[in-house]
Amino acid sequence: MAKKNNIDRRSFLKVSSLAGGGLIVGFNFLTSCKPNVKPSVDISKLNFHEFNAFIKIANNGIVTLFAPNPEIGQGVKTSMPMIIAEELDVAWDDVYVEQGDLDTDVFERQVAGGSQSIRHGWNPLRETGATVKQLLINTAAAKWGVEASECFVKEGVIYNSKKEEITYGEIAEEASKGEIPANVKLKDPKNYTIIGQNIRNVDIDKIITGKPLFGLDYKKEGMLYACVVQASAFGKNLVSFDDTAARANEGVVDIFEFNNKIAVIANSTWEAMRAKKAIVANWDDGDNLETTEEYSKKLTALLEGKKFRTVRKDGNVEKAFKEADKVLERVYDTPFLPHNCMEPMNFFANVTDDKIELAGPIQTPQNTANKIANLLKRDVKDISLELTRMGGGFGRRLKGNFAIDAAQISNIAKKPVLLVFSREDDILSGTFKPALKYKISAAIKDNKLTGYHVKEAGINGNMYGLIPNFFPAGCIENYQVDLARYRSNITIGAWRAPYTNFFAFAEQSFFDELASELNVDEVQLRLDLLQNVKNTKDKRIQYSAERMEAVIHKVVDKSGYGENKDDVYQGFSVYYCHNSYVAEVADVVMEAGIPVVKKVTVAVDCGIVVNPLGALNQIEGAVLDGIGHAMYGDLKFIKGVPQSTNFHANRLIRMKETPIVETHFIKSDIAPTGLGEPALPPAIPALANAIKRATGIRLTKMPFIEYKEIFG
Amino acid sequence: MAKYKLLVNEKEYQVNVTSDTPLLWVLRDHLNLVGTKFSCGIGQCGACTIHIDGAPTRSCLYPVSLAEGKTITTIEGLSENGDHPVQKAWKEIDVPQCGYCQSGQIMTATSFLEKNPNPSKDEIREAMHGNICRCASYNRIEKAVEKASKTK
Ligand code: FES
Ligand code: FES
Repeated sequence: MAKKNNIDRRSFLKVSSLAGGGLIVGFNFLTSCKPNVKPSVDISKLNFHEFNAFIKIANNGIVTLFAPNPEIGQGVKTSMPMIIAEELDVAWDDVYVEQGDLDTDVFERQVAGGSQSIRHGWNPLRETGATVKQLLINTAAAKWGVEASECFVKEGVIYNSKKEEITYGEIAEEASKGEIPANVKLKDPKNYTIIGQNIRNVDIDKIITGKPLFGLDYKKEGMLYACVVQASAFGKNLVSFDDTAARANEGVVDIFEFNNKIAVIANSTWEAMRAKKAIVANWDDGDNLETTEEYSKKLTALLEGKKFRTVRKDGNVEKAFKEADKVLERVYDTPFLPHNCMEPMNFFANVTDDKIELAGPIQTPQNTANKIANLLKRDVKDISLELTRMGGGFGRRLKGNFAIDAAQISNIAKKPVLLVFSREDDILSGTFKPALKYKISAAIKDNKLTGYHVKEAGINGNMYGLIPNFFPAGCIENYQVDLARYRSNITIGAWRAPYTNFFAFAEQSFFDELASELNVDEVQLRLDLLQNVKNTKDKRIQYSAERMEAVIHKVVDKSGYGENKDDVYQGFSVYYCHNSYVAEVADVVMEAGIPVVKKVTVAVDCGIVVNPLGALNQIEGAVLDGIGHAMYGDLKFIKGVPQSTNFHANRLIRMKETPIVETHFIKSDIAPTGLGEPALPPAIPALANAIKRATGIRLTKMPFIEYKEIFG
Repeated sequence: MAKYKLLVNEKEYQVNVTSDTPLLWVLRDHLNLVGTKFSCGIGQCGACTIHIDGAPTRSCLYPVSLAEGKTITTIEGLSENGDHPVQKAWKEIDVPQCGYCQSGQIMTATSFLEKNPNPSKDEIREAMHGNICRCASYNRIEKAVEKASKTK
């Protein structure tokens, strides 16, 4: 890998002329991805297999970007092309974005998750755009016999000092024979004309007219539909089944067992679903079947026990607690949560002797293709995978179990199938946010915070990476984070802003309690602590105290936090994750004796805001998502059986329960960071802190709606 | 199996399906009109909303056997060029995130505005309450319905 500041674009790009006139550039959308998007031009002779993205400049000046990034709803399909177009210096109206088919070979960071797409793409995308622009300028300058340095570009037109002009379209073909320039100059953010503008979702027209876009919309000649019957509980195995009645249903093509499941294949989705209901399956008694009440006790026992893995330890926490005048200690409880993507899990597979075609919505195409290759003992090169738009991800589509099922079913049936999960199936094979408990303790001496100890107990998972080094790490001399977990049959996975999502609830609720214990202003407490981390030499600490202070001040200012307002109860929180900083204030009023959240004011520092229109949508969604799940989110188990498997029982936030979200960005020249996730975690404690003000009751357990004394 | 004659988006179709088949699957699998979405299948979310004789209807629960002789409109037939005032407002406000729920939202909003062309904010919130958006684009849905009501 070339060093960051010294990327030689020449080895990253390849240019060729287009049959119908114009220029095509192959490049890599994200540095570590490999093949392959296929633009709608014949590239087979161009030896472009190193690349996964293409810029096509036609001789009419229209620019088409073929991008491989899957879209789950975070807007990267719009914002990433914006970055290229900015440096390329073309008018956004002349830019078309297409998501091409993917031939999977190896594509690594082609993962839509972790709010990281933009952060990883920022430099390579800018350099790609700028390099192609310079190539076009160089070509024009040579043609005119002038210095390239005296030429400039505006909206896809090159000008020189003699007032001559030529469009990208006119010079494109010639440029395809030119030498790719190295070390090009990037624009000063001051001169941005596309980045920072409000640009609409590139798929908007298709969405509002109902065009096929999503995995479930996928059709292929001769395709059949498949459903699966899965274990009725986490931890049970299939013993036998009777499909006599099911086979008597119309439209049934085949029914067979695979991998502890039963597949039903039919001519249409409904026929598969109907036949599935007629199958009588017998499951064994299973082992280690989980029940909510019991694992809740186990988590408490873990918190009180001694078996911990320490992931950060500063100073001497034990001593601080021994010498304390006072100890504040709280336990916070968060349940399992399903993702509930609006589009149920589904995947198309056509496994034949010479190739494997896959298509559908997935956040981890490479990993899934590899798994399928392994399982079916095939070469991964035989696999092609076409990504569709995703009807929500939230982490669920990082795990490709449904794609693997589809491939296995097609492999056995020797037919092309679209596997369709019902919502209930999705829950029975879900990868949930694990149930977690946190115990946070503060040592107080002489009315000062002297020690801080976090313990996390989780089922199958714990916080990871740098999370233990987020605020308030580095702010408190004696600081420790300990983790404990136990194994269970319930499968877990990433859930929007993994671990930080509800850890923020615990931490930022605790800070309000701590402030009242110390009898200090709760915002000031956070600001004072932040002073201690300024100029830290600790490399694990990557948050900036200054940027955190800035969002705090901004949200206080915009929300009028701390001013006495009649009948409005406000709750504050601030959080850093996914490299972004978010502070929120929730406004709660009492309506008929019940607290109702009316507004959430948000201050965000996510670096440069590439597309404010898209960014605001993400932030609004994340805040409402946080509030909805804090209020209603839950998934309980009895003997391994999930107790809420569809929307009648899995309550999601709806229109009348939503506050207005008002967002304020911190102006920044820093490279963009996460957006899809960081506004979610702080929404929950902001709400909890506001409800405390309004009702006097401190919420420590989700979902909040179960507090009968508040919500009736 | 039985044959059903359906009038969808001003076009006549004939399908051969069992009588209990929900209209949702007839539209999606047989008529290739995939704009109407499947999400819960139990009438809870509104993703499958279409108009039957002008009334917003959850097609996941509506058997094909009841659909004969009715006027059925789906998102594909809402306007010629995606230029119904509600669609225009949806575009203008840039409502969708993942986009999956949006055709159902639009179908609910259009028939609501037919009946109540000048709704209050509370009426809008009430009317749209039955449609889930997992991405929680609710603030924008609210704004878009309001905008559409003003540009009608
Ligand atoms: S799919 Fe019909 S209401 Fe949810
Ligand atoms: S936009 Fe994703 S569910 Fe509504």
